[in-house]
Amino acid sequence: MDRILIEICRYLIIICMSVYTIQCFAVFRFSNEYDRKGIYLRQNFFMVAIHFMSFLSLYAQDGDIKYFKAYLIQQIGVLIILAAYKTVYPRSNSLIINNMCMLLTIGLIILTRISYAKAMRQFYIIMGSAAVTFIVPFIISRIRFFEKFKWIYVAAGLGSLVAVLMFSAVVNGSKLNINIASYTFQPSEYVKIIFVFAIASILARNHQFKDVIISAVVAGIHIMILVLSKDLGSAIIFFVVYISMLYAATRNVVYFLAGFAGGGIASVAGYKLFRHVRVRVTAFLDPMGTITNEGYQIAQSLFAIGTGGWLGMGLGEGAPNNIPVVAADFVFAAICEELGVVFGMCLILLCLSCFVMFMNISMKFEDPFFKLVALGLSVAYIFQVFLTIGGVIKFIPLTGVTLPFVSYGGTSVAVTFCVFAVIQGLYIAKGRDNKKPYVPTPDDFKTENLNIVDLERELNDNV
Amino acid sequence: MITFRNKTNAPNTNVKRGRHHIDSNREIGFITYMFIAVFLVMLGYLGYFTQVKSKTVINNTYNKRQALLESRLIRGDILSRNNDILATTRSDNDGGYYRSYPYRNTFAHIVGYSTHGVLGIESMENYTLLTCDANIVSRISNDLAGRKNHGNNVYTTLDTKMQEAAYDAMDDRKGAVVAMNVKTGEILCVVSKPDFDPNEVIGHWDRLNSDEENSPLLNRAFLGSYPPGSTFKIVTALEYLKEHNGDVSDYGFECKGSFEYKGSLINCFNETSHGWVNFDDSFAQSCNSSFANISSTLDKRKFAGTIDELLFNSELPLPFKYSVAYSDIGPDSSTDDLLQTGIGQGRTLISPVHMLMITSAIANNGILMRPYVISEIQNADGGVITKTRVREYGQLIDEQYTESLQKMMREVVVNGTAKRLLDTNGYSVSGKTGSAEYSSNKSLSHAWFTGFAGRDEPEIAVTVIVEGGGSGGAVAAPIAKRVFDAYFN
Repeated sequence: MDRILIEICRYLIIICMSVYTIQCFAVFRFSNEYDRKGIYLRQNFFMVAIHFMSFLSLYAQDGDIKYFKAYLIQQIGVLIILAAYKTVYPRSNSLIINNMCMLLTIGLIILTRISYAKAMRQFYIIMGSAAVTFIVPFIISRIRFFEKFKWIYVAAGLGSLVAVLMFSAVVNGSKLNINIASYTFQPSEYVKIIFVFAIASILARNHQFKDVIISAVVAGIHIMILVLSKDLGSAIIFFVVYISMLYAATRNVVYFLAGFAGGGIASVAGYKLFRHVRVRVTAFLDPMGTITNEGYQIAQSLFAIGTGGWLGMGLGEGAPNNIPVVAADFVFAAICEELGVVFGMCLILLCLSCFVMFMNISMKFEDPFFKLVALGLSVAYIFQVFLTIGGVIKFIPLTGVTLPFVSYGGTSVAVTFCVFAVIQGLYIAKGRDNKKPYVPTPDDFKTENLNIVDLERELNDNV
Repeated sequence: MITFRNKTNAPNTNVKRGRHHIDSNREIGFITYMFIAVFLVMLGYLGYFTQVKSKTVINNTYNKRQALLESRLIRGDILSRNNDILATTRSDNDGGYYRSYPYRNTFAHIVGYSTHGVLGIESMENYTLLTCDANIVSRISNDLAGRKNHGNNVYTTLDTKMQEAAYDAMDDRKGAVVAMNVKTGEILCVVSKPDFDPNEVIGHWDRLNSDEENSPLLNRAFLGSYPPGSTFKIVTALEYLKEHNGDVSDYGFECKGSFEYKGSLINCFNETSHGWVNFDDSFAQSCNSSFANISSTLDKRKFAGTIDELLFNSELPLPFKYSVAYSDIGPDSSTDDLLQTGIGQGRTLISPVHMLMITSAIANNGILMRPYVISEIQNADGGVITKTRVREYGQLIDEQYTESLQKMMREVVVNGTAKRLLDTNGYSVSGKTGSAEYSSNKSLSHAWFTGFAGRDEPEIAVTVIVEGGGSGGAVAAPIAKRVFDAYFN
């Protein structure tokens, strides 16, 4: 009987996840939040269903009542976050909230499976981070002088990175963490946000050659310090974020191409200069040939994904604990092993739909500073997703970054909350701008500029 | 599907609060599509990995999921080309399952076992046997009904009759027999002795694993490394043919039972005097003195090149584990090394399967077919999952020399050391015998036979080695004959 229950859950979880993911993209068919309401509600249903069925099969497997308890508090916690955002910020974007909660749910499920203790710890971190960052959308949507602090951002960001470089211990060959009391912080995570604000404030209004140089120097120093800390994943993220923001701000494709050419040269130099870069590349090129050394991690990850196959082994039926750092960097391999590659692909698409929505929000801004902030944060988010998943499936060399909201790790969760909250704040601010009466100009009454349908939508949106 | 609505583009918003604003939506759109494209490629790669690449990746001894999968589905069967079951999973009275090998010792090394670690085909196809590729509807209905799914079945190229003939012919002697189809590369039988019963590996593990004198778990056909003895004269003869453009009609040598050259002394087997011999006689009689004489004329650098072309000191195109053949002949080799190597002694080492591949290439006009032992993977319902294609490895030996070599090897059977293979029913054999000394005691030697046979043209090749067996013609050749008989009759 238990067996049948577990098998039914296995298939239903994949179906629910697939439908949820399709709906993530279905929302883009409608242009305003009102029309999307039905979809959002259905998404919430599937999210709760996946959470419930996952814990039902974990419980059915070893009959431990603790799973029941964990499910209750996790489910209530996630629903509180969902409800709080929707009631306190009624004008926020529900797709982003839904996806945020869905990613948290998936993370909690797979972490509970990997290590019950870690999952509970992660749950409290999630609730704490959610509470602390809950004010962020309010601040972002009310305060409009963020771009005045450009040198403060630069000082704060560089200060944090230098502190890590000087004071932190070396873990796995990289200097990443600062320990304060019994807590461990990974400053490069939150410096990402400060960095985006810094670059946006430098480039928002002025993009003469002089400003480009200033921004390049600022970005370059950030990246150099990260390289010296051997935090290559973050260094690459900062680099891509900077190039994207520079390209959008200057609208000059030369910078874009020059940036990537420079990046290519820097990669080759990095390969020649640093042993740990060569180790990663060796592992990427031939994980099976170097399985006893460099390739061990990636080979274990590929075993997990390959053995799981399209439909997965079923929650609790695989051996994800064979994979090193499975809770953090390799969480995607554990998800594919137990929930299936189909589920994993849905997860990738879900992250992508967050990104598309972020970029949509960025496009709707006319304020160049917030436009750039939204763009920078979106790119930072999606590129991190690309690095971690691409690394785990051996699409690209491994860089050792976390999967936002899903991986175990306090700083990662808190910072991702912050990113999502900032974007949410921007979206709310944008909505309020739209509420201001629109003063038509004579141009608007020329027949070719009249678009009745759009006008109606606009009205709907603003009512 | 996704549209980027650009509401802010109304003409009056370009100048707002007296500031210029950047309208970089085109650039932002470009960045968005770029990431979408990258992600689609990544998704494609993940799909490709799952569908195609993962099958070989997960079949690795470092993948610790075997026990897990074994508890969830019924390990598939291994079958011979005659559809005889070589390995299967049976249920016992308590509803548990156990692995059974109906032919017991006969297929021990090649089929292997999966009861205490994995060996042989059980290891090569470990995760294939533990993967259920039956159609999804029947899988789901099995899952829901609480029935275990059946893993895939592995069909091999092994011939039950030939395997049994080779196994029986070897009797209690140590050594190996291996045969393949020269036109397709199908491995037809693989016997290694001493052997073991794969049904009883767990019970006898300590004895099997610690018996270093007999190494019963070692598959000698693939992993054995032996001095090639006179079978290596095939290589020496090939080199001599090459250096004389295939024309060796003016070669002659007066054999007095031994040959002395620059302080090196080479004796014929049992110090027999062969009298006056031409090139073909030297080969057929396996005259060491004459071949030492031949070797003394060879260009060391070119000889080393020919040896390497025959895949010594390099990887072989084999889908299973094997030992790499060794030869240390080079431009700086001493004369003694050159003469010793030329008659197959020296420090040269080769595995039986490698000798078989060289023989097979000669039989197939120089073209080596890639050997394989798995012909097909089928799901539990009989649907074909993968089928091994017959593939050429390449031209191992130039065709202008294989004809001479074929004739010379036929002469070995007609007039030479392998006369026991002359009287056959409906097919003719060509080959080369060898008696390879392997210790300072000159009376001890490994008996080799390697050759091919066919009705009109060569069809299969067989290589036999009997450790310490003595004369190749007297001991190894009759074993090969029983394998040929099993194939042709």
